[in-house]
Amino acid sequence: MLRLRRIWGMNDFFLIAIAVMIFLLIFQIAKASEYVSILKGEEKARKQTNKINGFLLVAFLVLGLIGAWWCNKLYYGKTLFPQGSASVEGESIDTMMWITIAVTGVVFIITQILLFWFSFKYQESDKRKAYYFTHNNKLELLWTGVPAIVLTVLVVFGLKYWFKFTGDAPKDSQLIEITGKQYAWDIRYPGKDGVFGKKNYKLTDASKRNPLGVDWTDAASHDDIHVPTIMHAVVGKPVKLVIYSQDVIHDVGLPHFRMKMDAVPGIPTTLWFTPKWTTAEMKIRTGNPNFVYEIACDQLCGKGHYSMKGEILVESQQDFDKWIAGEKPQYLKAMAPEEPAKTDSAAMAKPVALNSK
Amino acid sequence: MSNEAILHSHQTGTHDAAHAHEHHHHETFITKYVFSQDHKMIAKQFLITGIIWAIIGGLFSVLFRLQLGYPESTFPWLEDFLGGWAKGGKIDPEFYYALVTMHGTILVFFVLTAGLSGTFSNFLIPLQVGARDMASPFLNMLSYWFFFAASIVMLASLFVQTGPASGGWTIYPPLSALGEASSGSKIGMDLWLISMSLFIINALLGGLNYITTILNMRTKGMSMTRMPLTMWALFFTAILGVLSFPVLLSGAILLLFDRNLGTSFYLSDIVINGKILPNEGGSPILFQHLFWFLGHPEVYIIILPAMGIASEVMSINSRKPIFGYMAMVGSLFAITALAFVVWAHHMFVTGLNPFLGSFFVLLTLLIAVPSAIKVFNWLTTLWRGNIRFTPGMLFAIGFVSMFISGGLTGIFLGNSALDIHLHDTYFIVAHFHIVMGVAGMFGMFAGLYHWFPKMYGRYMNNTLAYIHFWITMIGAYLIFWPMHYEGLAGMPRRYYDFSGWESFNMFAGLNQFISFVSIIVFAAQLLFVFNFFYSIFKGRKVTTLNPWGAASLEWTTPIRPGHGNWPGEIPEVHRWAYDYGKDGRDYISQTEPVGEQESKH
Repeated sequence: MLRLRRIWGMNDFFLIAIAVMIFLLIFQIAKASEYVSILKGEEKARKQTNKINGFLLVAFLVLGLIGAWWCNKLYYGKTLFPQGSASVEGESIDTMMWITIAVTGVVFIITQILLFWFSFKYQESDKRKAYYFTHNNKLELLWTGVPAIVLTVLVVFGLKYWFKFTGDAPKDSQLIEITGKQYAWDIRYPGKDGVFGKKNYKLTDASKRNPLGVDWTDAASHDDIHVPTIMHAVVGKPVKLVIYSQDVIHDVGLPHFRMKMDAVPGIPTTLWFTPKWTTAEMKIRTGNPNFVYEIACDQLCGKGHYSMKGEILVESQQDFDKWIAGEKPQYLKAMAPEEPAKTDSAAMAKPVALNSK
Repeated sequence: MSNEAILHSHQTGTHDAAHAHEHHHHETFITKYVFSQDHKMIAKQFLITGIIWAIIGGLFSVLFRLQLGYPESTFPWLEDFLGGWAKGGKIDPEFYYALVTMHGTILVFFVLTAGLSGTFSNFLIPLQVGARDMASPFLNMLSYWFFFAASIVMLASLFVQTGPASGGWTIYPPLSALGEASSGSKIGMDLWLISMSLFIINALLGGLNYITTILNMRTKGMSMTRMPLTMWALFFTAILGVLSFPVLLSGAILLLFDRNLGTSFYLSDIVINGKILPNEGGSPILFQHLFWFLGHPEVYIIILPAMGIASEVMSINSRKPIFGYMAMVGSLFAITALAFVVWAHHMFVTGLNPFLGSFFVLLTLLIAVPSAIKVFNWLTTLWRGNIRFTPGMLFAIGFVSMFISGGLTGIFLGNSALDIHLHDTYFIVAHFHIVMGVAGMFGMFAGLYHWFPKMYGRYMNNTLAYIHFWITMIGAYLIFWPMHYEGLAGMPRRYYDFSGWESFNMFAGLNQFISFVSIIVFAAQLLFVFNFFYSIFKGRKVTTLNPWGAASLEWTTPIRPGHGNWPGEIPEVHRWAYDYGKDGRDYISQTEPVGEQESKH
C-alpha cells in the first residue's frame, strides 16, 4: 500500500480530473466521428479524411522546414561553432563538420520535400490510376552510385583528419597525466626531468598522500607535481595527456578543444591538442566573464557523474612558469609533511623544462 | 439505436460462416490464451507484454525528463509513489541513473525487440508464407515464456532495496561489476544480467523458429523471391539475432563471474573508495567488444522489421508495387552483412587503435549506401501512386521521414573525426532516438494499425489513430530536433543536472521545452493504448476478407482465422505479393494464376 506522506490537495485532484476529462472528450469525439462516418457513408468519409491528411502532410513539410530554420536561429549561437575551435586540431574537425552538414543538408531537404510532396500530390483521386512501375535499373544504379561516391569523399576527408590528430604528438609537447576517479580529476606533471615516476596501483594510499599510487622508490617521481582538478597548459604549445582511471571508466571530455578520450582502468590512453587561446582571451571572445575550459566526464561513472568536473587553465608561458614554480613536488609533501628545506624551493623557483618525447 | 447497433448495422453473415470451417481441437482457456501454441496468440502475448513494458519505459523517461526540465523544482507527489527515491519530491541522482538505464533496456530489448519483431515475426511469418503454424509451435511457446520470465526478473529488480541496474543500458564494467561503485551495481545488476540471459534464450528460440519456418514451410509456389518484403526483413532480423545474441550472453556470463566468483575478465588495477582490489590483467574494453558485437546488430534487429513493415504498408496504400523489389532485398542483405562488422564505431574514443578504427569508419559509412537505396525506392513507390492515408500508411510515411533524418546524422557519428567531438553528447541521443526509437516505434504502429483487423477481426478507431499520429509525429521532431544543437554545444548525455556547468547551462529553457513536449507525447501514446484495448472488444467489426485490398496471403484467411489459419487447403501461390495497379486492375492476389494475356514485369 502507498503510504501517503502528504495530504493530497484539491489542486492535485483538480489536475487529475482535467486530464481525465480531456481524455474522455477526445474519446467521445473519436467515437462520434466514427458514427458520423458510418451514417454518411464510409467511402465518402474516408475520401474526405484522405484529403485532410494529404493537406496536413504538406503543411507539416512547410511548417517543419520553417521550424528547422527558426530552431537554427534560436540555438546556433549557443553551439560551439560561433566561438570556433579552441585547439588547432579541432579546426579540421569543424571543417569536416561543415562539409558533412552541407552534404547531408542537401540530401535531407531534397528527400523530405519529395516524401511529403509526393504524398500530397499523389493522394487518392478517382481520376488517377496508379502507375505500375516495378523497377528501373538505370535509376537504381544512379542512387547506388552517387551516394557511394559522396560517401567515399567523406571517408577520405574524415580519415585524413582522423590520422592527423590521432597520430603521435609533436616532440615538443607538454606531457600531463590526468587520472579520473569517482567523481574528480587528479593531474600530475612530470617535473623538470620530463619523466613521470612509475606507478603501482597497489601503493595507492590517500592517507599517506599518495592518492595516485606512485612508487617513491623511482627517483623520477621525486620532482613530479600533483594538483587536483585544475590543469594548467600553455597557449600555442601542444599538450599530450596520458589518461588513467582508478576505478570505473571515465572520459576526458573537452568540448571547446573538440577532443574526447576515455579513461580506462588498467589501460592508459593518450590524447593531444594545441590550445589556441588562453582562458583570459576566451572570456573576451565569448563575451562570458565566467568562461572556463571545463573538463566534462563523458562516460557514465556513477551517481556523481554529472558533477565530475575538471578545468584547463590555458595561460601564457610566463604565467605557467610562475605557477609551476610555486608548486611543491608530491614526493616532498608525502615524505616530509613539515616545511621542506629551503634549497629545494629555491631549485623549484627556476623555470622548469617540462618537455618530453 | 444503440452505439453497437450503429457500428454493426452494416454487418453481414461472413463472420459466423467463417467460424464453421475452422478445425476444432479441444481447447481450454489455458491452452488457448495462456500456454497457447498458436503463433497468432503468441504474437498477441508478445505484443501486449511489449505494450505494458512500453508504458513503463515511457513513464520512466517522463520521470527523468521532469528532473532535466525542472531541476530546481520539487514534485511532492513523486515522493508518494517513489518514497526514498524521491525524497522531498526530487529524484535522487542514483535513481535518476536507474531510470535512464531501465528506460534504455526496456525500450531497446523488451519493446523494440520482443514487442516489435516478436509480435510481427510470430503473427506474419506463417500467414504470409502460407504455413499452418511455426516449424515448432512448442519452442515458439517456450520462447514467449522465456521472455515472460525475463520480464518478471527485470520487473522484480525495480523493487529491490538498492535499486535496479543504474550503469546505463550498455552496462559497461567496472561500473556494473562493482557493487562499491554504485548501488545499482549490487543485486539489481545481477537481476539485470539474469533477466537478459533469459531474454537471449527467448530471442534464440524465436529466431531459430522464424528462420526454419521461412526456409522450410513456404506454401507451394511461394519461392523466396515471391515473399513479401516483411518476410525478408524478419528473416534477416532472425539471422542477426541468432548470430549475435549468443555473444552478449557470453559477455553477460563473464560479467556475472567477475561480480560473483572473483574472476578478472574485465577488471584490472582498481582502487575503489580507497579499497585496493586484487584483480589484475582484465580488460574493460573486452566487454565493450562483446557487448557491441550484439549491440550494433541489435539496432538493425530493431529497424529491419520496421523497414519491412513500412515497405509493405506503403506499397499497399499507394496501390502500386514496391519499387525495386530485388534492390530492397539486396539492401536488406547488405545491411545485415555490414551490421556484423561495424560494432567498434561505438568505441572510437576508448583508446581503440586509430588505424583499426579507420576500417570501422569505412564499413560504417558503407551502410549509408543500402540505406539510401531503400529511401529512394520508398520515394519512388509513392511517386505516381494513388495514396490512401490509412493510419498505418501515415506511420509508414512518418517512418521514412524519421529514417532519413536519423540516418543522415549517422553519417556524422560514423565518421571518427566527428565522433570524437559528438560522442556521448545529446547529438547521439537525438540520432539514435530518431533513427531507432521513433522510427522503430513508427514501424510498429504502422504494422499494428495495418494488421489489427487481421489480429482481432475489428478496426481501431480512426480518429484516435490520426490524433495519435499527428501528435507523435510533431512531438517527436520537437523533442529530438533541437537536441542536435545541444550536442553541437558538447552537452554530455546522462547528466542529472547541468546547472553547475558554465559550458552547458544555457540550455535550461530548451530542456524545459523538451520535457514539456515529451509529457504530451507520452499522453498521446496512452490514447493509442486505450484505442488498442478498447477496439479489441468494442471496435467496428471487419466485414470483408480483405479490407485494405492487399495481394498477400494473410488476407485469404477467414476474418478470424483459427489455429491452422486456412480452413481448407493452404492456397497455392502464383505470383509475387506486389501486383497492384497491373493491367488496369486494382490488385491481383498472390493466389491468382498468371493469366495468358498478362503483361510481364
